[in-house]
Amino acid sequence: MIVIGELINGMYKDVGKAIANREADVIQHLAEDQVRAGATMLDISTGPYSKDPVDDIKWLVETIQGVARVPLVLDSTRADVIEEGLRLAAKRAVINSTSADEERMAVIFGLAKKYNTQVIGLAMDKTGVPNGKERRLELAAAIVARAIEFGINTEDLFLDPVVLPVNVAQAQGLEVLESIRDFRLLCHPAPGTTIGLSNISQGAKFRPLINRTFLAMAIASGLTSAILDPLDKELMDAMITADLISNKNIYCDSFLEAYRKR
Amino acid sequence: MPIELIKEKCAGPINTVEIGRANKRVVRIGGESAMPFLLDEGLMPNAPVVALEILDCEPVEWPEALKVPFGSALKDPVRWAVKCVKDFGAEILCVRLQGTHPDWGSRSADRVIPMLKSIIEETGLPLIIVGGGDDDRDNDILPKVSQALKGENCLLGTATQNNYKTLTATALADGHSIIAESPIDINIAKQTNILISDMGFNPQRIVMHPTTTSLGYGMEYVYSIMERGRLAAFIGDKMLAMPFVLFVGSEVWNVKEARDAGRTQGINWEIATAVSMLLAGADLLVMRHPAAAKAVSRYIGLAMNGGPKK
Repeated sequence: MIVIGELINGMYKDVGKAIANREADVIQHLAEDQVRAGATMLDISTGPYSKDPVDDIKWLVETIQGVARVPLVLDSTRADVIEEGLRLAAKRAVINSTSADEERMAVIFGLAKKYNTQVIGLAMDKTGVPNGKERRLELAAAIVARAIEFGINTEDLFLDPVVLPVNVAQAQGLEVLESIRDFRLLCHPAPGTTIGLSNISQGAKFRPLINRTFLAMAIASGLTSAILDPLDKELMDAMITADLISNKNIYCDSFLEAYRKR
Repeated sequence: MPIELIKEKCAGPINTVEIGRANKRVVRIGGESAMPFLLDEGLMPNAPVVALEILDCEPVEWPEALKVPFGSALKDPVRWAVKCVKDFGAEILCVRLQGTHPDWGSRSADRVIPMLKSIIEETGLPLIIVGGGDDDRDNDILPKVSQALKGENCLLGTATQNNYKTLTATALADGHSIIAESPIDINIAKQTNILISDMGFNPQRIVMHPTTTSLGYGMEYVYSIMERGRLAAFIGDKMLAMPFVLFVGSEVWNVKEARDAGRTQGINWEIATAVSMLLAGADLLVMRHPAAAKAVSRYIGLAMNGGPKK
């Protein structure tokens, strides 16, 4: 599994404050802690309250790269913010994200081609998040088709079926899981898949339990990456175990430790 | 339309392990990034290696067919070792300390160490040294051997899931590599590697022994275990990315089809087993009959060069 650490996001109060005040040690600790806990990539977002997101992303990328050598997932609605991050990224980056809207795809795939990056594609468009797997598949197929036209390898896509909170849209859980399975069959080589895991438990009680249960179910459906909190050890243990049961790693008595030694 | 062959990609190659003192002759094993001899898919920077096995005591139980090539040298391990180099072109030797086993006279470290030193001095070859197979005796003898040969960069064996601490600690202190053995069980193979590396031992200095069995005695199980481990290593499992050693000679010459069947069948049995293990991914074969070793070395040479010329 590709683990994308979600914690460096200006939406969180402490992080937003650290960005505004340029507190490098706060951000660097978050980066190091997540990588140590098993993050293979780090999502970074300046958050909705940033006054100057272009300058903020520049500072974030430089600050994080001072301590962590993992690919960065540049998370923004603004193309100029993403491009600033791409310009500075030391490792092959991921753009988070494009929707299936034509204008957005043209911009994002253009950037992806120019900077040779991977791309997260959300199975949604201007009209919103689909409420069924058929529409999700349609939108995902549109993303794959457009990516191919841009000369992007399908393995460099992470298709995201868009997870909705279980307490709001309970029927969507299974639709999302089936979409993960469907997406893998869209093309060859199969595209990657991802989810913003914490969304599933937004506003609910027992959030960690809901998160790790859903992650295990998604892995069983063929999920290849997730944006999550790697500092949640029980979540990471569940992920490693689900990977194991999916026959992706060979069992040994110390299988949790063995995974972490990789 | 031409058929496009599917080629496997490799996330990480097998570790390369060096045996032998740096300024003398060194043998390198491992390093491959493809299944055996699939040289279109990846690299095999080091051809598999054949070691000849000698014992620290006269092998009175060996069948006649196996004794003949060595003659009276079997009475003296140092002469035996020299004969392996001079007459049979050995590049690396394996000394099995069978004489230290209680059933074979419980030979002491004081007797074994000068013999090993003489072998190194007379042959200049890297050594694989394995205990007699009695855990208590091995845990007494091998640390002393390890210390006496500090810096020779030997390959010492064998560590198992239930008996690895003494050997690991001593090999770590004296700079030797280690053989990690498991009973035809990929789960235990991985676990043993983890246990050894948890003691601070560099996993890049572990060689795996998945257990050897002879042709006709379940060799296929070993084959499938090795294949599974190798495929896992190639998709990034570092705790299985170790080269394999197989003790073909000692296994084959224990079965009746090899022992009790005239002059040549045992040799052929040893060749057939060894070649099968090469195709399963063996990096180091420990063999007994020089004629079998020679045939297998020739096979390796051909396989590394795309087969016999047509």
